[in-house]
Amino acid sequence: MARLFNALGSRLDRVNSALLTVLAIISALIVGAFVIVLSDVEALRTGNFGRSFSEVANAYKALITGSVGSLRAVSDTINNSTPFIITGVSVAVAFRTGLFNIGATGQMIAGGVAATWVGFVMDGPGFVQIPLAILAGVVGGAAYGAIPGVLKARTGAHEVITTIMLNYIAAFMVLWLLNTELFQRPDRTDPISKFVSSASRLPKIFGFMEGRKDLTAHSGIVLALLVVVLFWWFLERSKLGFEFRAFGMNADAAEYAGMRAKRLTILGMVVAGGIAGLAGAVEILGRYGYATQSFAGTIGFDAIAIALLGRSTPVGTLLAALLFGALQSGGRRMQATTDVPIDLIVVLRALIVMFIAAPLLVKAIWRVKSAKVSTGQTFKGWGS
Amino acid sequence: MSDIALVARSAEQKKRARNVGISMIVLGAIVAVFFTRGPGDAGFILSPDFTLIIPSQQFAQVLAVAFVGSGAFQLYRGWGKTASVLLAVGTALFVVSFLAWAAAGGSFNFTGMLQDTVARSVPITLGAIAGLLCERSGIINIAIEGQLLAAAFTGSVVGSILNPWMGIVGAMLTGMALGALLAVFAIKYQVDQVIVGFAINFLALGLTSFVGQRVLTANPQYNFLRPFIPVAIPVLSDIPVLGPVLFIQNPFVYASYFIVAASTWWLFHTRWGLRTRAIGEYPKAAGSLGIDVIRLRYRNLIIGGAVAGIGGAWWPVGAVGRFDENITGGRGFIALAAVIFGRWHPVGAFSAALVFTLAEAIRLKLSNLNTGIPSEFLLSAPYIVTLIVVAGFVGQSRAPKSVGQPYSEQ
Repeated sequence: MARLFNALGSRLDRVNSALLTVLAIISALIVGAFVIVLSDVEALRTGNFGRSFSEVANAYKALITGSVGSLRAVSDTINNSTPFIITGVSVAVAFRTGLFNIGATGQMIAGGVAATWVGFVMDGPGFVQIPLAILAGVVGGAAYGAIPGVLKARTGAHEVITTIMLNYIAAFMVLWLLNTELFQRPDRTDPISKFVSSASRLPKIFGFMEGRKDLTAHSGIVLALLVVVLFWWFLERSKLGFEFRAFGMNADAAEYAGMRAKRLTILGMVVAGGIAGLAGAVEILGRYGYATQSFAGTIGFDAIAIALLGRSTPVGTLLAALLFGALQSGGRRMQATTDVPIDLIVVLRALIVMFIAAPLLVKAIWRVKSAKVSTGQTFKGWGS
Repeated sequence: MSDIALVARSAEQKKRARNVGISMIVLGAIVAVFFTRGPGDAGFILSPDFTLIIPSQQFAQVLAVAFVGSGAFQLYRGWGKTASVLLAVGTALFVVSFLAWAAAGGSFNFTGMLQDTVARSVPITLGAIAGLLCERSGIINIAIEGQLLAAAFTGSVVGSILNPWMGIVGAMLTGMALGALLAVFAIKYQVDQVIVGFAINFLALGLTSFVGQRVLTANPQYNFLRPFIPVAIPVLSDIPVLGPVLFIQNPFVYASYFIVAASTWWLFHTRWGLRTRAIGEYPKAAGSLGIDVIRLRYRNLIIGGAVAGIGGAWWPVGAVGRFDENITGGRGFIALAAVIFGRWHPVGAFSAALVFTLAEAIRLKLSNLNTGIPSEFLLSAPYIVTLIVVAGFVGQSRAPKSVGQPYSEQ
């Protein structure tokens, strides 16, 4: 087996890294199986592990059928992947600029709230409403992303700290807003916003299929794919993208070459924030139609794992986000049909990231030999 | 070269001095505009038989004048070295004035609020000390949150099955295990330290939620214990105000005093500490002098994990008596900020933790004191304070130089 992988792996470095990714996912699933078995108290008491092995099989089967096993499953996977793709790109852009954007959650909230506001305040036709609401989302997210950028450029406060604080602040601010007369739905006392106008909703993909109300996939996925293409174009073809990459690879060299560090730091956070804000807008206009205090969930956090898994490249991030989206919808089904809670997904994601980040470990486990593996450094010190 | 450095620094210092002056005037303006509006006396209950009465309006007026006056003096002549002391005292009085405004016409338990501040600081302080032990040795520890959370989980389970003290031991072992995991990935496999730290956070969150759902929900007897209660230290607890605040606390608080003192002494007065600081600054040089960099890093990360473990045990054993999903709620990230704001010094980390928990304790008091401020603003206050404090002070602190860099012996 190992020799087979070797033969495959030694051809090209790119094949090699894809192979390592697959091996990392397999390793994570194996460890996940151990977690399921070892947390089965009943089996531990009685020593009857046969039951828990079949539970593992059922759980993993549910992961697959729940994510790609039916049209409904695919539709759910599309919806789950959409915000993952966009926020994944947000974090990846920041990584490529040498910035660690933990604040995608807060930026998503800012963007989503701005889009919600446009969505219910204005009452225009769809071709006006949708672009305006999305623009509002991008601007909202970019403005919120600018805060840590400016703070870092002016005071040196590290974005890891400031974005985490801003996430909490955004969560409380949205809670406050949702209780104001402007946002709160008139007949409700809990923090929930008015509905955006129906013209502001993103069209459903499977809208042409009569009687399939359960297919909720919306066209936000098109925007998400567009973001991936733009991300590629930006990195590979644009001047600013080149500056971002140069600054991310070696800030000192970039400065020496005449690039302005403070400007790039702020711009990097603004761009990342704008993209995360788009994700917030898409969630509101596509999935929910209104804002709640928790609409952003943990997506912004998961996005970090996605960008890491995708090595901050456009295609890698897209594939990682699709994997996470599939795990999400599969995990729902797993929780519904077996005794395995959906939190297993969080464990699997963590393990995948760990194994991906440690190619040397995966190689040691699977006894694969290969050419050099580069582990880039995302952390550039506390900046003081 | 040194001349240039000297000039640059003095320009920097001038800028900083100007900022201090401006801050004073801004604080004064806030006091004048907002806190002079609450007519009436505010009662600060210091002990059951003594209540300090502060006339909030007059207090604010005097304070505003003092702020603007000293700010103006700072801008024109400069207070020199007393400036930072003045600003610290001023900030404390600013908080008092704010409380007096909020409590005008009523009274509240001031001593109890400070007691609460100290009690809540335990996990943040210990998490921050765990973080700084790692960072002083050149490894960044983003995984504090995960260490606290996993330790809280084991602390509760072991504490419920055996006894609370064994729960603490279990929590320490969990923290050490995660410290060792971080060490193996960061040192042996040279994985980006931020990535592995984040992965550990996800892993701890996922595992504790998963096992909690799967095991503890059906078996609540594994997640129920009697938490520690405050113990008064004889004599010391009789000191007015400070006595109850510092010395009527549960054993976790005393343990955290001890750990703050011990780690300070250890870091700055022992050979081990000197070596730790050396490998954090310049591991190659330290290595060439015969220090076993890798071994020392392993050791410090595992010790740091044990300290974080005690911090995690605070939730089940020192406060609530059980584990809940994501019970740490991001305190590990506050601890990370406290490392930086505390300038990588244990005492600094403790003070930083107190700033955060004071904001939190004030928030809890204010929600009883009907001030008209929306509760969401109060809830976000501790985070806003941390944000301002980190942004305002980070420029003056300096991280260990090799933090985050992988090290390999050649």
